[in-house]
Amino acid sequence: MGATVTEKILAAHCGGKSVEPGGFINASVDLMMANDVTAPQAIREFLRTGAARVRDPGKIVLISDHFTPNRNVASAQQVKLVREFAAGQGIEHFYDVGRTGVCHVIVPEEGYVSPGDLVIGADSHTCTYGALGAFATGVGGTDMAAAWATGEIWLRVPETIRVVYHGEPGEWVGGKDIILETIARMGVDGARYRALEFTGDAVARLSIYDRFTIANMAIEAGAKNGVFEADEKTLEYLRGRTGRKPVIFASDPDAAFADTVEIEVAALTPRVACPSLPENVKPVDELEDVRLDQVFIGSCTNGWLSDLRAAARVLKGKRVHAGVRLIVIPPSPAIYLRALKEGLIETFIEAGGAVGSPTCGPCLGGHMGVLAEGETALATTNRNFVGRMGHPGSFVYLSGPAVAAASAVTGRITHPGRVCGR
Amino acid sequence: MGDETIRGRVWKFGDHVDTDLIIPATYLDTTDPERLGRHAMEGADPQFAANVRRGDVIVAGANFGCGSSREHAPLALSGAGVACVAAESFARIFFRNAINLGLPVFEAPGIHGAASQGDVLEIDPARREIRNVTTGAAVPFSPYPGFIQSIIAAGGLIPLVRLRLGEGRFHESV
Ligand code: SF4
Repeated sequence: MGATVTEKILAAHCGGKSVEPGGFINASVDLMMANDVTAPQAIREFLRTGAARVRDPGKIVLISDHFTPNRNVASAQQVKLVREFAAGQGIEHFYDVGRTGVCHVIVPEEGYVSPGDLVIGADSHTCTYGALGAFATGVGGTDMAAAWATGEIWLRVPETIRVVYHGEPGEWVGGKDIILETIARMGVDGARYRALEFTGDAVARLSIYDRFTIANMAIEAGAKNGVFEADEKTLEYLRGRTGRKPVIFASDPDAAFADTVEIEVAALTPRVACPSLPENVKPVDELEDVRLDQVFIGSCTNGWLSDLRAAARVLKGKRVHAGVRLIVIPPSPAIYLRALKEGLIETFIEAGGAVGSPTCGPCLGGHMGVLAEGETALATTNRNFVGRMGHPGSFVYLSGPAVAAASAVTGRITHPGRVCGR
Repeated sequence: MGDETIRGRVWKFGDHVDTDLIIPATYLDTTDPERLGRHAMEGADPQFAANVRRGDVIVAGANFGCGSSREHAPLALSGAGVACVAAESFARIFFRNAINLGLPVFEAPGIHGAASQGDVLEIDPARREIRNVTTGAAVPFSPYPGFIQSIIAAGGLIPLVRLRLGEGRFHESV
């Protein structure tokens, strides 16, 4: 019987023996990432393992992003602990203010992930790197601590669900609309404990950034990981970022899939997830009565340069509605700089938006744009749980960048075609 | 979490209780279980932390703990004194974290309909059964796979790693 991409990557990381869905393995790990919220807990647990040193400091990346630059004394203490741990353990890949950004943007940008890798991150959206043909999954701080000490992680081998995308997405449809539709079909626990493999003729047309957006939200269907087969676009993205040789796996024709979900992307219109679950998805046109207090463009889901371009294209020469606070946060210094050089930042500020330095910020209600009771936000992020961006009595809608930008202009959830006269 | 029977008063919640409900992100700037415990379940029930008693149990629907990988979620529940969580199903990262940290979690399909707020439950690992002392109902739960049992028997993942590092045998397969 053949194997899926996920099964092949896992098998390659436990001595090459074949793996069975449902079985437990101890797998060697190529990269271990933790951030300013999860690393302190991992450090606390690591100190209890009895190991004096981490096994391989070169495989560890520590990124300050959630409350960065520090929002208060407690978060400053947390990052200080991480900074000192990195120095003490010889962990060179520690990202501090000025070089740092949202972890799931920094990790691929800096070339830490190659196709065929097994990556764990103490952050649930670690599944983002599946866009590059790697197995990447989120774990907690204790798993991270154990992996720092041993170089390994225990995993249950997941069954794979195949998601097949057909056709060519329309003008205003991107990765976000495709993954929201996928989650709507599957439900927020439709892929619980399982791998998602994104495939179909539409995939070749999707940019690497659309793929990042799609893989990023695999966890919102409950999945352990979400993976794309690496192709020319993957290799092009990796060029100049890493010297490592990619190991490209493809599923065998006779691989066993637990389920297959087929989605016609040509038929899609822009999608919006309504409060308070990402599965609660509607076409944008059905939501044009929803008034907004805030629009946030950024995060590990839709803060890529292509997303900022899409937003700027809609906002160019327009004004943000008087009742709306627009917050744009490029998620990495590299993206910020490119956006600056391309004039995108100018467009945002001229339109009446606020532009912040790289951080997760408002995505998790941390800082830089927290919502008050009764307020409603539209965000290009990945979660709209109760209280996600602030007060438990606030409301979050999720969309792609063009819908977010158009909605900032009108003050209501709006199809970008309306604002751009199409 | 060993073989002892857990007996406690029920706090009942619904489906898809996410980690932002269990511990809102604004409190993630500490890892101290007791401080986290003061805000446990705040997003779902602001009165919970003030009224929960040590040894109480949480009963929930499907997909408990979905969302973030924050271990602050199981830590907040332990810090608040919650003895265990019994649910229709768990989100995978929460499940791992709870096992790794030694917070007992029981996947018991049927439990949500068999328990009401304030009922007293007895969770009996030896008989793999949750008994509702208040109503007399009983719901079975499935045993953990062997590898997970070895983590539980060691008292959590870190004690297991400690043991194996000490014996120089972590790098053998499970
Ligand atoms: S941007 Fe949001 S979803 Fe992404 S890592 Fe930061 S907090 Fe998590």
